[in-house]
Amino acid sequence: MTDRRAFLRNTVLALGSAVLTGCDRISESETGAKVLESAEAVTRRVQRFLSPSQALAKEYTEADISPVFKPNGSILPDTPAYQALLRNGFADYRLEVDGLVERPSRLSIEDLKDLGTRTQITRHDCVEGWSVIGKWTGTPLASVLDHVGAKPGARYVVFHCFDNYEEDTAYYESIDLDEAHHPQTLLAYGLNGGDLPVANGAPLRLRVERQLGYKHAKYLRRIELVASFADIGEGNGGYWEDNGYEWYAGI
Amino acid sequence: MTVTRLVYRHRWPVRVMHWINVVCLCVLLGSGLQIFNAHPALYWGNRSDPGKAVLALEGGQDAQGNPRGTTRIGTHAFDTTGVLGASKVDGEWTARGFPAWATIPGPGWLAMGRRWHFFFAWLFVANGIAYVVWSVVSRHLTRDLVPTRADWRGLGRSIVDHLRFRHPQGEEAIRYNVLQRLAYLLAIFVFGGGIVLMGIAMSPRMDAVLHWLVDAVGGRQSARTIHFIIATAFVAFVFVHVFEVLVNGPLNQLRGMITGWYRIRDERRETRHD
Repeated sequence: MTDRRAFLRNTVLALGSAVLTGCDRISESETGAKVLESAEAVTRRVQRFLSPSQALAKEYTEADISPVFKPNGSILPDTPAYQALLRNGFADYRLEVDGLVERPSRLSIEDLKDLGTRTQITRHDCVEGWSVIGKWTGTPLASVLDHVGAKPGARYVVFHCFDNYEEDTAYYESIDLDEAHHPQTLLAYGLNGGDLPVANGAPLRLRVERQLGYKHAKYLRRIELVASFADIGEGNGGYWEDNGYEWYAGI
Repeated sequence: MTVTRLVYRHRWPVRVMHWINVVCLCVLLGSGLQIFNAHPALYWGNRSDPGKAVLALEGGQDAQGNPRGTTRIGTHAFDTTGVLGASKVDGEWTARGFPAWATIPGPGWLAMGRRWHFFFAWLFVANGIAYVVWSVVSRHLTRDLVPTRADWRGLGRSIVDHLRFRHPQGEEAIRYNVLQRLAYLLAIFVFGGGIVLMGIAMSPRMDAVLHWLVDAVGGRQSARTIHFIIATAFVAFVFVHVFEVLVNGPLNQLRGMITGWYRIRDERRETRHD
């Protein structure tokens, strides 16, 4: 019985470590990663089927706002272009909007405010698992897109940012036009009633309320409408996407 | 002499779906712990305010500079160095919630943990739906799982029998006993259904249409905490389940779940010599 028990225990241990090693091998293989990645398309299709494209993320009350809106990722971009803007209190800031648009534009924060404003208290869910609630004020991206006029063939909005990761890789993100036209998708310049703090993405950041935190690009420099993001960065639609995270961040 | 015979106990859909579940639960647990490790703390409500965690696995150092892992439950702190909070990855002390031997992948790798988790989550959901549909249509649910009136009457005796490790023999062993029925129903509908719903409740996209569910459980961080608690309940279920298999003729039980055929002792002609 003791022999049998030892045999059983060793078998279980050996099997367990073989399975774990196997899992790590699959993770590191290209095919394994590809197969596992197929779940992203299922998630996207099922979620879009189950929730209407214009369904609003829940909005909270003033009492629900987090004491501190935890900044994550870059909290102070060190690029010369950003530092120059920061020294001047962002007075010279202009958002570039180009790509597949009828009227390429350079918009100041005041220009954006003239296009319309919206304030919303929403929950921000990080891919790591934590949540914070904040009050955002900004211009609906849909108004900006109406202003510049998307050309036929434009499918994605790409957000180019001032902050670099790994020294020289610029942060970027992308969403499709459906998400871009959602009423709560904002180019935000205000947080909790004040100006957007530097740590949270001043002077302008994206809010795309039905996706995880890494989609909400901070320190926006330029917005580009494209037919495909295959030629941008490593071609996966965003900095974290190029590092293995899902482009569709609905869960 | 004991007379035994083989009976057909588990139909093929049960067997196939059972083993798919085994794979799914193992991967979901390992990859779930990997995801948990990205922020190894649980909260109640909608927010994760610093200092308000109901459970936290923290890595740090003691006064001598030695690595130290601390598990905090409410206001109580436990030293869990080596397992929870701080453990070795490839020989190097690392601050991480759960140790490398429990996570998929082993080293900290959130993006890949998520891929594993969601791939097997969909498989788990598809398998679960297929099982429930099949169980209703084939009447497996009403015949084999829902306790009969006689089952309910024998509940007390069944509990006592289980505590004494006395299990049904012969014809009685072909059917699920009342505790088995209740445990399976709990695992399938409460744990299985609950963990999927709490997973969905963590999705910002699904919250746009399911915020009543998120509100009902107290908030998104509550949903995350309940997801974790149910995962723990699944682990407890598996421990009891495997224990029952081990004490009731593991090879016979395994054959039953692989081939469907299960050996029983024929009581009518049985004479006891042991």
